[in-house]
Order: sequence, then C-alpha cells, then structure tokens
Amino acid sequence: MTDTVGIVIVSHSSDIAKGTADMVRQMVGSEVKVAFCGGNPDGGLGTSVPLIIDAINAAWSPKGVAVLVDLGGAETNSEMAVEMLEPARRDLVVVCNAPIVEGAVMAATEAAGGSTLAQVKAVAEELSAD
Amino acid sequence: MSVPSETFKSLVKAAAEQVIASAPELTSLDQAIGDGDHGTNMKRGCEAVLGMLDAISAQPLDEAFKMIGKTLVMTVGGASGPLYGSFFLAAGEALSHDKHLPEDLADVFGSAVNAVSARGRSQVGEKTMLDVLVPVLETLKTAAGQPDLIARVRSTAIEAVERTAPMQATKGRASFLGARSVGHVDPGARSSCVLVQAVCAGLEARA
Repeated sequence: MTDTVGIVIVSHSSDIAKGTADMVRQMVGSEVKVAFCGGNPDGGLGTSVPLIIDAINAAWSPKGVAVLVDLGGAETNSEMAVEMLEPARRDLVVVCNAPIVEGAVMAATEAAGGSTLAQVKAVAEELSAD
Repeated sequence: MSVPSETFKSLVKAAAEQVIASAPELTSLDQAIGDGDHGTNMKRGCEAVLGMLDAISAQPLDEAFKMIGKTLVMTVGGASGPLYGSFFLAAGEALSHDKHLPEDLADVFGSAVNAVSARGRSQVGEKTMLDVLVPVLETLKTAAGQPDLIARVRSTAIEAVERTAPMQATKGRASFLGARSVGHVDPGARSSCVLVQAVCAGLEARA
C-alpha cells in the first residue's frame, strides 16, 4: 500500500470526533489512516493537547497528517500539540481551516488518491473559501 | 541577583490557589460571553501545577517556568492552556538566554506577552488577556525601579480588566457574539488580573 496523508479529527466533543471519523471511514474506506480525539483531560467538553499528540502519532504517515478542528480551543490546542511533536514530524502536520465534518471527508477523499499534504489541505480549505 | 526558590515556590502557590479560588467567578464571566469553561479549565491546570510544585521549584528558574508552561498546556483543556502555557514557556526561554530575575523582569514579561500574542494571533484592544498583560508590561517598563512598582502594577491590572467591559470581542468564542460581548468583562483578562494580583500580594507580604 502506498502511503497516504493521515487525517486527525479534533472536536470539543468525543461523540462528534468519533462520529466524524465514522463518516470518513464509511465514505473513504480504510486506505487512509484516521485518528480522532475529543474532550478535555477530565473527559468533559474541551480538547486536550496530550490526546491530540497521541492522535497525530496514531495517524502518522511519512506523507504527513492533516488535522481538522471544530472551534477555537481545538485549533489553539492542535497548534500547540504540533509544536510539541518530535522535530522531524512538526513540519509534516497541518491544521486545516475548514469545517470539521465536511473538511475531514474532503481531506480524506483527497488523501486516498495519494495527494500531497499541501493538496489535501487546499481541498479541505476550499470549503472555507466563501 | 536571583530569586530564592522558596520565594518562587510561595508565589506560584499563591497564584495557583488564587486562580482556583476565582474559578466560579471566571466560569460565570465565561458563561456570559464564552463557553463557560474558563474557571474549570484554569482550576484543573492550577491544581496540576500545585501537584507538581515540589518538582517545579526544585528546578533552576528557567526550567521551572517551562515546567509550569508545559503543565498548563497539557492539563488545562481549553485555549487558555496554550495561551498561558506559551506565556510561561517563553518566560522560561528568556531566562535560558541571559535574562535574569528580578532585574530583567520587564524583558522577561515582554517575551512572555509576545508569545501570548503570537499564539492567539491577537493584539491589545481585542478583549483578551492581552488587555491586562500589555498594560502591566507598560507599567513594568515605565515604573521599573520605583518604590511603588508593585502597587502601580496592581492598580494597572485592576483598571485594565475593567476596561475590557466596553470592548467588542474579535477573538475567540466571544467574537461570535459581536456587539453582544460588550458590557461584560473578559474572563481571560480577569484570570490574568487574578494572577498578577496574587504575585503582587505575595511580593508585598514578603517585603
């Protein structure tokens, strides 16, 4: 199997994160690695840097990882998580400015075709263009 | 000069305890214009810092600041984690690069404030914690060496937090409210004020 860009879904809610990942898997299949996390360190609504780091590492691919987020804290925490990765991985992870569900599906579809990280990010972010 | 580790430890403890005590107020401010989790998030982060206080204060000052930052990043669970985390990580980084406390306080605080601004892609006037931190930085610069520095920092922080009430939020969750965010004090500005006040009170008590 050729490497494809991995997808990480980060929501304030673990239910939303899991549901989004389920949709991606149903629509794109298993050729793209998808990891997700949601909830703060106590399990309430929020996001958690250590869980995001784990998810990025779980979805890791030599082609990189695209992260889809829902609201403000998810974005800030994801950016922080990227900076805390081992140096060789940091530059191969992008946080996409895209709606979480549609963005994840579009990004995974693009990734499944073997696209680069930049192409995957661009396709997801077209959804936010207007 | 240097800061004795006992002093550092007592200041960190006082600041963390004060934030924990303010958690209900921070949450109620955040319920008005945010998502209502600022108090519980900050409380969780400060409890984690208190839990590691012995290990933190056993470190050299630069590493101690970085450890506080990293603990907040890993435990807070909201945007305030990376924001406050970046503040302490940058302060620690400045102390690793030829800056010393207390003499370089304004420089170190300035590096920390810049890190918050970069992390949040935010500037002063946008109804955020920067609206307290930046005025405090100005006072640290202009009143450096003055005998009433601590008192001036305290009053700067208190006045600054009140000035966030009429501001309209353009960053974070509060920005969705647009004009409806006007009239409420910003919770992040309030938590920054609580931290500044606690450190000032701790320094005054030791003076």
